[in-house]
Amino acid sequence: MLIYLPIAEVSVNAFLLLGLGGIVGVLSGMFGVGGGFLMTPLLFFIGIPPAVAVATEANQIVASSFSGVMAHFKRKTVDLKMGTVLLIGGLVGSALGILLFNYLRAMGQVDLLVKLCYVVFLGIIGGLMFFESLNAIRKSKKPGATATRRRHNWVHNLPFKMKFRVSGLYISVIPPILVGVLVGILAAIMGVGGGFIMVPAMIYLLGMPTKVVVGTSLFQIIFVTAFTTMLHATTNYTVDVVLAVLLLIGGVIGAQIGTRIGVKMKAEQLRILLAIMVLAVCGKLAFDLLVQPNELYSLGMEGHA
Amino acid sequence: MMIRLLALLLVLATPAKAEQIVLGLSRDRVAITATFEGSDILVFGAIKREAPIPSTGDLGVIVTVAGPDLPVTVRRKERRFGIWVNTDNVEVSAAPTFYAVASSGPMREVLRDVEDLRYRVTIPRAIRSVGAIVSDSPNFTEALIRIRAGQELYQVLEGSVDVEQETLFRTAITLPANLTEGDYVVRILLTRDGRVIDEYVATIPVQKVGLERWLYNLAHENAFLYGLMSLSIAIAAGWGASAAFSLLRR
Repeated sequence: MLIYLPIAEVSVNAFLLLGLGGIVGVLSGMFGVGGGFLMTPLLFFIGIPPAVAVATEANQIVASSFSGVMAHFKRKTVDLKMGTVLLIGGLVGSALGILLFNYLRAMGQVDLLVKLCYVVFLGIIGGLMFFESLNAIRKSKKPGATATRRRHNWVHNLPFKMKFRVSGLYISVIPPILVGVLVGILAAIMGVGGGFIMVPAMIYLLGMPTKVVVGTSLFQIIFVTAFTTMLHATTNYTVDVVLAVLLLIGGVIGAQIGTRIGVKMKAEQLRILLAIMVLAVCGKLAFDLLVQPNELYSLGMEGHA
Repeated sequence: MMIRLLALLLVLATPAKAEQIVLGLSRDRVAITATFEGSDILVFGAIKREAPIPSTGDLGVIVTVAGPDLPVTVRRKERRFGIWVNTDNVEVSAAPTFYAVASSGPMREVLRDVEDLRYRVTIPRAIRSVGAIVSDSPNFTEALIRIRAGQELYQVLEGSVDVEQETLFRTAITLPANLTEGDYVVRILLTRDGRVIDEYVATIPVQKVGLERWLYNLAHENAFLYGLMSLSIAIAAGWGASAAFSLLRR
């Protein structure tokens, strides 16, 4: 069944959108990521204009993150205090990111820089996570292995410490705020929620237990992507609510399913799966950059969504 | 008295066309609804003439349907430092967002080149390119045509206009689902021996209607409210799914 999208001004198959939303929603619930880094390229692929895809995706991420976070609230696996600190950084970062984006746009070649950012970040983080979780799985299979938690690194010597009860941490607020800012900047430039950076940062840099990381990450993502959605809607008029509704119907249902799957899995298994997924997307983007495309020419409409 | 004489002279002075187009269209507007899947327009009509059919020269009928003209940038990728990057680009100042040209026979026979230039009938003539900075700008125009033809936005339908006894003509033009709003111009050209002898123009407005129009207007005129509405839908859906699942679990 074809549906005509009023802002995107294209017709797409409604069931395809529901399915895409569902798959990305499952991933969202499982890993605490918004799913944007997967969905936005997929939307480009099915013919949605890039500006509309990025803006509408931000809206959809709000929905699936909200759905996922509700399940986490019930299980008390959301650290509200940490989440609030992260999101303050995130809002600042998002504003900075949009300024940076507009500056890059004036120079031209934004498209390329965004793709390079994706490849670099996804590659580094995916690779690091992959090896770390592989080691963790190996260690946990050996008899007599104890879980290595809360290694004291340089992070724990910074000032302005606060107690984060749910995570069981007593650390400085500076790292979370910096992580939040970095994620906010990247979220504004790449049109993602930023979970794929925040989740590893929370696990490895801050030392939070994996169980709490997913819910807290979703909590932060909701606010940053809501902020981004409003900015896109009021400045570029590129949020397509019909597209968003189709995506989020699948997305919110998928997020619920994903959360339940995620709870049943071991922390290391979750991390390695996320790492594999991140690496796969990175690989596909790198491949597209390196291999000669079928059509060397592309069209860009000035002053049109 | 003098005024009446003058008026009579003026009437006599206007040349009466030997053959004229009378047009009918199967629809006078296209409404883009939520489940819009494209639209067919049947273009038909007759050729009115006072004198018998001329024996010299072949009759040709050309039907063109053109969507609104919009500027577009065509970009080309090249390999730099191992990766494929957008390098050169050409700004096309006005290209139709949709263009279908149907003719009663092969274009070369039905229309002379000089008339094509004058009336801008074939697709390359309908596109206006300005300020070509790169040396091979024809490649860019070709690419534009190729890409849009792939999306069924540019159509060349040679021989698809049926002409009966040099009097009745008929053709069908299919509009795809991805349409740009605006006034679509339907143009009929009557040719004899490749020369244009009559031209008739009609307009078909293509507009979003109903919910689609309301949403589009809201997004542009009341963007803040629209943004809040989208967010509320998102949050409500998230909440709803969460509540529904907890109910299912009980």
